[in-house]
Amino acid sequence: APLTDTVPPQVVPGADPSARQLCFAWGPAEVLVCETLFGRASGSHSRCPSRSLSPSRFWGEGSAGAVAPALTGSVTGTGEGAPSSSRVFVVRRDQDIYIQTLRKLFNESHGIFMGLQRSEEELAGKSRKAQLVQVSKNYRSVIRACMEDMHQAAVLTRDPALQGQYSTQVSILSAMELIWNLCEILFVEAATAGPLLLRLLDWVRLHVCDVDSMVREVLSSDSPSKHKLFWNVVDVFVLQGRMDEARHLLSKEASANPTSMNMYKILDDLMKKMPVPSLGNTQTLTELELKWQHWHEECQRYLQDGTFASNPHMESICKILLGDEDAILEKKELMTTWYHFLVTRLLYSHPTVKPMELRFYAQSSMDLFLGGESSPEPLDMILMAAFEFEMHQVIKECSIVLSNWWFVAHLTDLLDHCKLLQSHNLYFGSNMREFLLLEYASGLFSHHSLWQLGVDYFDHCPQYGRVYLELHIERIPLSTEQKALKVLRICELRQMHEQVRSICKIMAMKALRNNRLGSALSWSIRAKDAAFATLISDRFLKDYCERGCFSDLDLIDNLGPSMLLSDRLTFLGKYREFHRLYGEKQFPEAARLLLTLMTAHIAPCSFWMTLLTDALPLLEQKEVIFSAEQTYELMRCLEDLTAGNPDKQKFQDDDIETTKVEMLRLALARNLARVIVKEGTVEGS
Amino acid sequence: QDNRVSIWSVGDLGNAGLNGEYHGEPHLLCDIQHNGDVMDMQFLDQERIVIASSTGTVTIFRHHQNNQTLSANHRWEKAHYHVGQDTSWGGAACTGVVCSNPEIVTVGEDGRINLFRADQKDAVRTIDNADSSTLHAVTFLRTTEILTVNSIGQLKIWDLRQQRNEPSQIFSLAGDRVPLHCVDRHPNQQHIVATGGQDGMLSIWDIRQGTMPVSLLNAHEAEMWEVHFHPSDPDHLFTCSEDGSLWHWDTSTNVSEKPSFLHQGGRSTAYLSHSTINQSVVSAWLSNDPTKDRMEITNLIPNQTLSVNSLDVLGPCLVYGTDAEAIYVNRQLFA
Repeated sequence: APLTDTVPPQVVPGADPSARQLCFAWGPAEVLVCETLFGRASGSHSRCPSRSLSPSRFWGEGSAGAVAPALTGSVTGTGEGAPSSSRVFVVRRDQDIYIQTLRKLFNESHGIFMGLQRSEEELAGKSRKAQLVQVSKNYRSVIRACMEDMHQAAVLTRDPALQGQYSTQVSILSAMELIWNLCEILFVEAATAGPLLLRLLDWVRLHVCDVDSMVREVLSSDSPSKHKLFWNVVDVFVLQGRMDEARHLLSKEASANPTSMNMYKILDDLMKKMPVPSLGNTQTLTELELKWQHWHEECQRYLQDGTFASNPHMESICKILLGDEDAILEKKELMTTWYHFLVTRLLYSHPTVKPMELRFYAQSSMDLFLGGESSPEPLDMILMAAFEFEMHQVIKECSIVLSNWWFVAHLTDLLDHCKLLQSHNLYFGSNMREFLLLEYASGLFSHHSLWQLGVDYFDHCPQYGRVYLELHIERIPLSTEQKALKVLRICELRQMHEQVRSICKIMAMKALRNNRLGSALSWSIRAKDAAFATLISDRFLKDYCERGCFSDLDLIDNLGPSMLLSDRLTFLGKYREFHRLYGEKQFPEAARLLLTLMTAHIAPCSFWMTLLTDALPLLEQKEVIFSAEQTYELMRCLEDLTAGNPDKQKFQDDDIETTKVEMLRLALARNLARVIVKEGTVEGS
Repeated sequence: QDNRVSIWSVGDLGNAGLNGEYHGEPHLLCDIQHNGDVMDMQFLDQERIVIASSTGTVTIFRHHQNNQTLSANHRWEKAHYHVGQDTSWGGAACTGVVCSNPEIVTVGEDGRINLFRADQKDAVRTIDNADSSTLHAVTFLRTTEILTVNSIGQLKIWDLRQQRNEPSQIFSLAGDRVPLHCVDRHPNQQHIVATGGQDGMLSIWDIRQGTMPVSLLNAHEAEMWEVHFHPSDPDHLFTCSEDGSLWHWDTSTNVSEKPSFLHQGGRSTAYLSHSTINQSVVSAWLSNDPTKDRMEITNLIPNQTLSVNSLDVLGPCLVYGTDAEAIYVNRQLFA
């Protein structure tokens, strides 16, 4: 079993600290380790090795039972003048999240976790406990479902390495379910004396399945009582407290062997009458104890009378019924584990065992069973800690042994909801539940799609969850707009305005670089980013100046209220409107708009020359369009522009600029003349 | 990343349990590796499926039903790309695909519209820079006309017979230019179009009149990813959203037949007063009179957590997929 290997210290495979000095840097989910040019013997100049981007990806194998660093990629580079190439290693801690078949575990358990967080806290007492037990059962059924899938995958695959990996995972999951089930019985359900034994019996029956194939073999044979393993199977049933099945088999033996009919009847009777704790309130513990004592004495009598002397099998069964430790220990191979031995012992000697008494029996059972031949394995230590009700010890041991935080995070969260964990302050201030959830969720964030689950986990870490989320969420690669939208929605829901702005800026810049001006604008609108909107409008205006026409008219014509996001954008919209009005020959409106653009200072100064040039055709129209007032305004604008800074004009454009100005002055003067006359003319004269 | 296109079988009706409930899980028949995220997909015919990828490639897969395998039949690489880039990083996601055998129309983040024919290697027609923003979805309006929605809140009609690269009509929302993510046309009455926006709003348009929607219905709390009219029963509409809900909009209920307190609702049922002048002639979707008919809206998901990204509906079956990597099948939609 993988949990039995002792954990050797793991080195990043391929990185040899004895040859080169290594340096490292922490990332959000990874560690970068690189080889420097510092040799070990000589102290050479420090220079970072240059790297060329030729990534060779290969997965490292951590031993399944260790928190092993896994090499996820190495980049081979060529240092300048270096005799050999230097490498950069990307070391990632949590590689279990990439196992395909475990994804179901992560997704389903996320659903159960969320349900638990949202569940009714007001429910008290029994109904709350029942609810928590149900949650625990749900987690376990997810583990089992995953085991099934993994097992199927192991059967179907042809790759032996994969098969090995799957089988290992199945054993790990099985061990996890074993531990969880015990924790459920002892901590969540907190079974009391009486029902405790029944639960433990169920637990053993469910998890000790090495004997299942033997049982099946015997039961399906033609005459089971003649099978050589017949008595083994009967013993198994007795050891697991499966009285009805044991009696059923024995009846076959009795019918085949009439001479032992008498013995069989007595044994059958004893087994039938054995008092067991009941789940309902039909009897108190004291009643049970009395009955049991009475029954125990009866068995004792039969044994001492030598009733079973002629049949060693039946005699041994009777001894087991009496709780004789040696007799039970003889059947070591059928029990396979010390905890099976523990439960059998309890069944036949202390059926009303109290939870707090378990630790003594557990310790002695383990000692007797292992008998000094073998030493306890990590799994044994974990179970022992559970029997001793040392919850923190259980969690600590599991954290060390398992390669992934899933198990401890969810179990601790459940125990915390059962109000069983006192806040155990770690040196950076958060409690254990939060610490484990943070670690688990951080691991999820290094996955390209499971990070969405991590968000919800961070939400339920009151102290540091938000900070962790803020740091992690900005590092999710945004390969498509849809992904960016999902991330944005998460940030907006949690009022993470910084991150919203930052993500929108990234997307808008990308769009701008790809010449998708409409998309860029759409992102700035979402972030209400006026500065970026200005940037985009400047791009449009630049395009217009260069090409003489607008690109993306569908966008500019339909800006709507978003036009108000930035002044430059408003100008762009209005300017386009001017062009449209002109195109539709609505000259007075166009003229008015043009003037407003300049006088209301909506237009940037750099654009005034263009606007004035646009006014030219209006000035040259047969009809007088600009009124005297307006003409004066235009002249003022022109003077403001030219008087501003004559040094600004470049020498090359000097001629063009002066010609333009000249033409404008001429046109303005002519217009002024015409309009004075027109306005001065009295109608009808 | 390991993305796959898969075909599942949902068993036969013979597996129905005591109450006619469906037991058993969908069973994977076959799958095939796919490069990039699957952004959209549609059946071209009984055997072929067109897939739009986030790398900008459009692929036709063929499903061989005799031996239950999938194979790539045809591929248009770089159907969508950003200007000036010809390396693989220059690809632009293809966001929507719609088929009308043998024609396939795709749209993407590059604002490009492509018209392909299933048997031809190159695109039949490409409209470059059809839109200055991202085109999110496309659907057929008539055999030669398509509808697109974009990220500045515009619904555009394109006539593919005409050679000019301009839309024949542009519709937009009043007020803020909220991006539109999905579009669907009423199966029988071709002037009725539904779109879903980034703010979760459902808009119903009558494209015969005006440039603005007929009704705006406040629906989801986050992006509405898909909207579908039921193909054979178009009084029913389905929408799914990033907020994790899937809503069933039912305009078939007639108040005069059932008193409202006898309505059987789902987990969360809301009544929106919705009007109609003349229900027998005008569809219940185009409504003006708030006093008359009511629309029943039901959230079909009891415990919502993560986004519902996609849905489809046919006959009594509804299928949808969520970000929790789960696919749900409901085979008794109208029970």
